[in-house]
Amino acid sequence: MQPVRLQGIAKSFGATPVLDRIDLDIEPGEFLVLLGPSGCGKSTLLNIVAGLEQPSAGRIHFGDRDVTALEPDARDIAMVFQSYALYPTMSVRRNIGFALKMRGLDAAAIDAKVAAVAKLLQIEHLLDRRPAELSGGQQQRVAIGRALVREPQVFLLDEPLSNLDAKLRADMRVELKRLHERARRTTLYVTHDQVEAMTLASRIVVMDKGRVQQCDRPETVYARPANRFVAGFVGAPTMNFLEGELALWDDRPALRLDDTILPLPGLRGATGLHVGQPLVLGLRPEHLSLAMPGDEGTCQGQVLMTEPTGPDTYVLVRLAGREVTARVASGIALAAGQTVALRLDAPAASLFDIADGRRLN
Amino acid sequence: MKSSLRAPAIALLPAGMITFICFYLFIAWTFAISLTGSQLLPSWDFVGLAQYERLFASARWWTALRNMAIYGTLFITGCLSLGYLLAILIDRGVRAEGAYRTIFMLPLSMSFVVTGIIWQWMLNPGLGIQQAVRGLGWEDFAFNWLVRADRSIYTVVLAGIWQQSGLCMALFLAGLRGVDPNIWKAAKVDGIPTWRVYASIITPMLRPVFFTAAILLFSLVVKSFDLVVALTGGGPGFASDLPARFVMEHILNRQELGLGAAGACMMLATIAAVVGPYLYAEIRQKKGG
Amino acid sequence: MRRFPLYLMLSVAALAVLFPLLVMLSTSLKPLAEINGGSLFALPREPTLDAWAKAWGGACISGDCRGLSVWFGNSFAIVLPALFCSLALGALTGYALSLRAARWMDILFAALLIGLFIPPQVTLYPMIVLVRELGLFGTLGGLVFAHTVWGLAFVTLLFRNFFLSVPRDLLKAARVDGAGFLATFWHVMLPLSLPVCAVALVLQFTYIWNDFILGLTFAGPGRQPVTVALNILAGSQLGPQEYNVNMAATMIAALPTILVYLLSGRLFVRGIAAGAVKG
Repeated sequence: MQPVRLQGIAKSFGATPVLDRIDLDIEPGEFLVLLGPSGCGKSTLLNIVAGLEQPSAGRIHFGDRDVTALEPDARDIAMVFQSYALYPTMSVRRNIGFALKMRGLDAAAIDAKVAAVAKLLQIEHLLDRRPAELSGGQQQRVAIGRALVREPQVFLLDEPLSNLDAKLRADMRVELKRLHERARRTTLYVTHDQVEAMTLASRIVVMDKGRVQQCDRPETVYARPANRFVAGFVGAPTMNFLEGELALWDDRPALRLDDTILPLPGLRGATGLHVGQPLVLGLRPEHLSLAMPGDEGTCQGQVLMTEPTGPDTYVLVRLAGREVTARVASGIALAAGQTVALRLDAPAASLFDIADGRRLN
Repeated sequence: MKSSLRAPAIALLPAGMITFICFYLFIAWTFAISLTGSQLLPSWDFVGLAQYERLFASARWWTALRNMAIYGTLFITGCLSLGYLLAILIDRGVRAEGAYRTIFMLPLSMSFVVTGIIWQWMLNPGLGIQQAVRGLGWEDFAFNWLVRADRSIYTVVLAGIWQQSGLCMALFLAGLRGVDPNIWKAAKVDGIPTWRVYASIITPMLRPVFFTAAILLFSLVVKSFDLVVALTGGGPGFASDLPARFVMEHILNRQELGLGAAGACMMLATIAAVVGPYLYAEIRQKKGG
Repeated sequence: MRRFPLYLMLSVAALAVLFPLLVMLSTSLKPLAEINGGSLFALPREPTLDAWAKAWGGACISGDCRGLSVWFGNSFAIVLPALFCSLALGALTGYALSLRAARWMDILFAALLIGLFIPPQVTLYPMIVLVRELGLFGTLGGLVFAHTVWGLAFVTLLFRNFFLSVPRDLLKAARVDGAGFLATFWHVMLPLSLPVCAVALVLQFTYIWNDFILGLTFAGPGRQPVTVALNILAGSQLGPQEYNVNMAATMIAALPTILVYLLSGRLFVRGIAAGAVKG
């Protein structure tokens, strides 16, 4: 198992910059997820690690080896594509064994390895079929099998689940996690789906506009987003953003929204900020809840709409002239127009710079 | 060179050499020869444009050019209109569509030599159509174009249209099948008669197909050699000669290499004048899109 | 019967196309006396295969009285290696060009495409010189080489456009799997292109079999293809003509491509459309 180190990777197509000096250290055995909207450069970065594209600048090391100039097959990697890219004219058996054949393994060794992988993925009964005769989920398994059979140093997966329907996607997610826990291969996984990122990753790299916005454990990325982009991209429904000024209320931190004061008892990391400083308060829906009698720092809002999702209900509330989403337990009857008291979980709040969006607390 | 380019570059070597040598270098060579007094064998005594002056002083060359103009105009219009008509008829949703299509394209699978010989037999004044119709009782029926100097080129037109209309039909049919069916529905809702839809909506939409087909037929016209050789032998006399045949004769049989090369260059210039703008427009369009 | 005029027009057109072929068939089945005395339209009264037998095995062409069978064989001897060479080179070239790995590849493709429009008369004589310098003039090899050159642009066009439509991920997957340029071609791309191979095969067979000008120029004496022999047999205006033999010979010469056309069905149409719609 080898660490992967990217140093100052940059890429531009003509005059268009796609990647801007990316530095990343991927630990041995880690499951690193590259998360970002389409066009953020995550697939290009994956292709550069694979050796399918050359960086305009920067170096890539696998362990002590500088692989920047190596062809993909010399890097000891395997890759799973979004479209699976199974060879249409070959049987599943030949698809999985093709890379081994290219490496000059003898037929018996190939057969043994293919059989082992097929058993692991439970696709033994499909070995003699063509890709066109398989369902989407089966093709997906074959694509993963084709990568597994090579026992590579690094696994690269490019949005491997996005062509599957929702149910299958959830199943395959669990399966991928199980496979990784069993084999502990260094894995680099590209997706735009935050659920995949949250569930699979040991660390998430959130990318936007060719830059790393944050690289951290999933819980941290969720709880303490490094900037307003990450905060808005991760989490659904999206985080509530309230623009206002820092104020004091009863000697405790608060946010002034025009002429409303939002008390924030227990807000953390506000030291270094001064009263009257304009900023953005970020609060996830689950940190806005119905106030219990006796709660401190509540505020009044008016219900606009409710969205029951089953376990929870999201409530759209007008608060100081702004719309925010709160999460409440299902079963609480709320009607549009009703006035409710909301409790803000201030210790969980994020504060962002109003100008450049970086995290302040 | 990048290492990933080495293998494709080696693979492209034969094609690159063929393209460079057998296409472009050979064109240059032929052009150079057309400026010399070469006769049986190439020689490098440059005579300027003397061969071109001889060429355009030759009545036979002018006949060939005039024939190409007649043949080209009639053949291209004939194939386009007949092909389009057949394509529309088939596209109206007839039964046994496949059979009709197969029949109309059948002559395409045959060589020009075969076509030429079949029509030579059909048009044979003594035993062909003329005689057969007279045998039906129409005693002074005359259809002896094959042996009339002022008509023989039209027999080439006839045989050419017979052979190539199917090509146009196939191209137009593909074009018609590519028309959005909603256009037909919209026209039906608006109560536009069918012929009007074809005339005012479909035909303008198929303009690119007309261009492609016309260019294809045009390049066939300029290259036309086998058909006229097999059908009329260029005769009677040189009455149905075409530039392609003129060039072949002067290069291969008459030991007039320089003159033949000059004729070949004129053929190429004709093609370039018509096909050049077309290719240019195609490539520009590709870049834009 | 609103559609009657439609069917009438189509049937008239179909008859006009078939009529010369039916006349050819009927003439080839008539004895010579029946031709000279009768009408072109008349069906044979006493059908006989004598003319076919003579055309195949006894007609004299250029003083060789073994009939068309000799030249028919020549054509096959030309077509098979020429088909193989032109398809192999065209497929490989089309594959390499479809990678579009460098700008010069697109330029080469454009240069090749223009070659489709160059009349053979322009490059014929220098080609003769080249083939003679290679020591191949009048040999089978020379003619096969000429066919490969003249077919290159078309076959390459066909394959390149097909390979361009193959998803790029497939090429990436092969690269990650360690397949190089040739291995990817052989194991992945070529098996995928079998339908295109079939189209190219059908059309190149038709073109090469039907060729006249290259056979006339590059084949040595006695080696010419059947089209050239047919033209000598039926085209010569000298002496009394045996029209029934000529027509039988014409049918024999046309049969292989007609059969290929009828058996290949839509492949022929697809090839023609693909060749015509360039890009």
